[in-house]
Amino acid sequence: MFEYAPAPESRSVVDLKPSYGLFVDGDFVDPADGGTFKTVNPSSEEVLAEVAEAGAQDVDRAVRAARQAYERVWGPMPGRDRAKYLFRIARIIQERSRELAVLESLDNGKPIRESRDVDLPLVAAHFFYYAGWADKLEHAGFGANPRPLGVAAQVIPWNFPLLMLAWKIAPALAAGNTVVLKPAETTPLTALLFAEICQQADLPAGVVNIVTGAGDTGRVLVEHPGVDKVAFTGSTEVGRAIARAVAGTRKKLTLELGGKAANIVFDDAPVDQAVEGIVTGIFFNQGHVCCAGSRLLIQENVADRVLESLKRRMARLRVGDPLDKNTDIGAINSAAQLARIRELSDAGSAEGAERWSPPCELPERGFWFAPTIFTGVTQAHRIAREEIFGPVLSVLTFRTPAEAVEKANNTPYGLSAGIWTDKGSRILWMADRLRAGVVWANTFNKFDPTSPFGGYKESGYGREGGRHGLEGYLNV
Amino acid sequence: MTATATSARSELSELGRSETALRTFLHGLPGVDQVGAEQRAAQLGTRSIKTTAKAQAIDLAIRMVDLTTLEGADTPGKVRALAAKALRPDPADPSCPHVGAVCVYPAMVPHVAEVLRGSGVHLASVATAFPSGQAPLEVKLADTRAAVAAGADEIDMVINRGAFLAGRYSEVYDEIVAVKEACGSADGGRQGRPAAHLKVILETGELATYDNVRRASWLAMLAGGDFIKTSTGKVPVAATLPVTLVMLEAVRDFRAATGRQVGVKPAGGIKTTKDAIKYLVMVNETVGADWLDPDWFRFGASSLLNDLLMQRTKLTTGTYSGPDYFTLD
Repeated sequence: MFEYAPAPESRSVVDLKPSYGLFVDGDFVDPADGGTFKTVNPSSEEVLAEVAEAGAQDVDRAVRAARQAYERVWGPMPGRDRAKYLFRIARIIQERSRELAVLESLDNGKPIRESRDVDLPLVAAHFFYYAGWADKLEHAGFGANPRPLGVAAQVIPWNFPLLMLAWKIAPALAAGNTVVLKPAETTPLTALLFAEICQQADLPAGVVNIVTGAGDTGRVLVEHPGVDKVAFTGSTEVGRAIARAVAGTRKKLTLELGGKAANIVFDDAPVDQAVEGIVTGIFFNQGHVCCAGSRLLIQENVADRVLESLKRRMARLRVGDPLDKNTDIGAINSAAQLARIRELSDAGSAEGAERWSPPCELPERGFWFAPTIFTGVTQAHRIAREEIFGPVLSVLTFRTPAEAVEKANNTPYGLSAGIWTDKGSRILWMADRLRAGVVWANTFNKFDPTSPFGGYKESGYGREGGRHGLEGYLNV
Repeated sequence: MTATATSARSELSELGRSETALRTFLHGLPGVDQVGAEQRAAQLGTRSIKTTAKAQAIDLAIRMVDLTTLEGADTPGKVRALAAKALRPDPADPSCPHVGAVCVYPAMVPHVAEVLRGSGVHLASVATAFPSGQAPLEVKLADTRAAVAAGADEIDMVINRGAFLAGRYSEVYDEIVAVKEACGSADGGRQGRPAAHLKVILETGELATYDNVRRASWLAMLAGGDFIKTSTGKVPVAATLPVTLVMLEAVRDFRAATGRQVGVKPAGGIKTTKDAIKYLVMVNETVGADWLDPDWFRFGASSLLNDLLMQRTKLTTGTYSGPDYFTLD
């Protein structure tokens, strides 16, 4: 047997401070009421740093700083000069990508292979892409002279901390807005390192403000009357609350919420690649992906064969230390999320679905959950309806393309879907009928800054990425 | 799956009898998505193999090398030197294992045989009008028999790519069956020398698509090949990781269907330890430990061995010696 020796990425590249302040008006400042919280490494429960908790006064200060920067500096600045700053930020991100990747894996628990090969390249690509738009907004299809909105309040989740920051900040800044961003309370560190990068890039003070904190901080931020735009990525439940809070105000809102995507495998699919796609679809980032392919729909006549291949492949997944370069599946981000995954998995077993996980040893400390599939799942089961947001796959079968469409669409969500078949015409036929914002064909979880991303129904509204992603930050 | 395995096995052995049956079967195999296969191969290439795992991989890779010379300029002296190196790749370090085999042209086989006799290092000979295969069948069979008679215990044949690409699968199949027969009688093990192992070179660089690679792999296995091999090393595109991935999937599925295990040999263009380790990772994570053995996986290579030896010395001594410390052959 060929055992891989541990190949840990060095932590020494990251210079962790014992405590972090808020990034307001170009400087790190202490919160007005001195509140702090701890952020931990989910793979070991080790405390990484103390982070300031922003209260109403701090949020107000940040919004004012953003307003001032918008009115005096960033709003009037010619697009090509804004582009210069964005290109500079993109380059610094590339230069410091190893440091950012290690910090992301430490704070989030995702494997270094993913933070290094997926998150960071996409983060830099987003800044490069939107930097290119900054001086070409009049050609983006939103009129001759599209104007920015003003101050954007942005609240992002913990699953792709830095990538979601890039999705939010890059288009906002390119369009001429200034931002106040609140990272998730379990993963604030890369956003704070990004704040340092803004300083390094000489970005004018107040253009980017980072306020750390939990749900209350986010609520105060989106409800602040000085905000012109609210962008949120996270759970549907919080998204609803934000929509209620913003209703009736002048604030423009985009929401990117939950999902329960169907990954549909036809009998003529390229089986080995489909199995890879199923694995990528649900086990990428521990399944902490809003567009995860969490419902696998397999055509009945190949179900046994596909499941056999899938189980064989799952037995090869390497679960463990996120900083080991050979790890495929890292830690669950928090105790709370682990509890939710356990609750829904237990419900799956209780409701009669058959549960299977490959034999795998989980570390003793930290938050861990083995990759799991449920077979014999019906549409009525909770695990087929609710977003688990973990490495848990529900397997259903279908007989005809029409039945596949019906089952795939039978969900309140509509963020993404996958189709696996060698038949091009069937891909087009299915894509026409699937009510999902993104439809992948013979691939899954593929992202690119040029491609718009967003949902239908309870998965939210508005698009991020591509030319379409500018619309949410322009007065059109 | 197991309940139907026996009937599946007998059905598969019948396929070669009819062109239609063979075509229907080969074209009914699941397709290969090019983007997905290449992405998976690239992902496996990012594995980080260090310290003890690297030492283990290097020794295994040395044992898997088919140390090859296939030049018009080969001489008896040169191939003897190569055979000596195959036996003791690192004369300074007796703990270094010997390679899997030496691979030469048929005319060179007797010279190599003298050196290798009784050593456990196999003697492979290319045959069947290598590398083009453009000769009448009788010539190819005579080529094969001559190599076996001279002492080769492994035959690396080339398939008829022209016939394969034209869709004349039976022709390719029958040729492999005939060469397999020329390698020696099936029960020869009991009466003297065992039959030579047959490696079937698909020349994947000329097959153009991964679908074709998968079909050619199955065709070669159905016809009785003991190994499937990527390339001759004589066309511009030789072994690649994605091609080897598709072939590994084929041998895995073939064993599941028939119970017979077939080996895989990427050949050509594998020059560094880093490359070799990527292949071993791919074997490990695609077909598993059963194939991590020189009986089931080989590298067709020449310059690879010296790089493996240099890395091996680096790991054991901590210093990196220059190329002058290793023999050139």
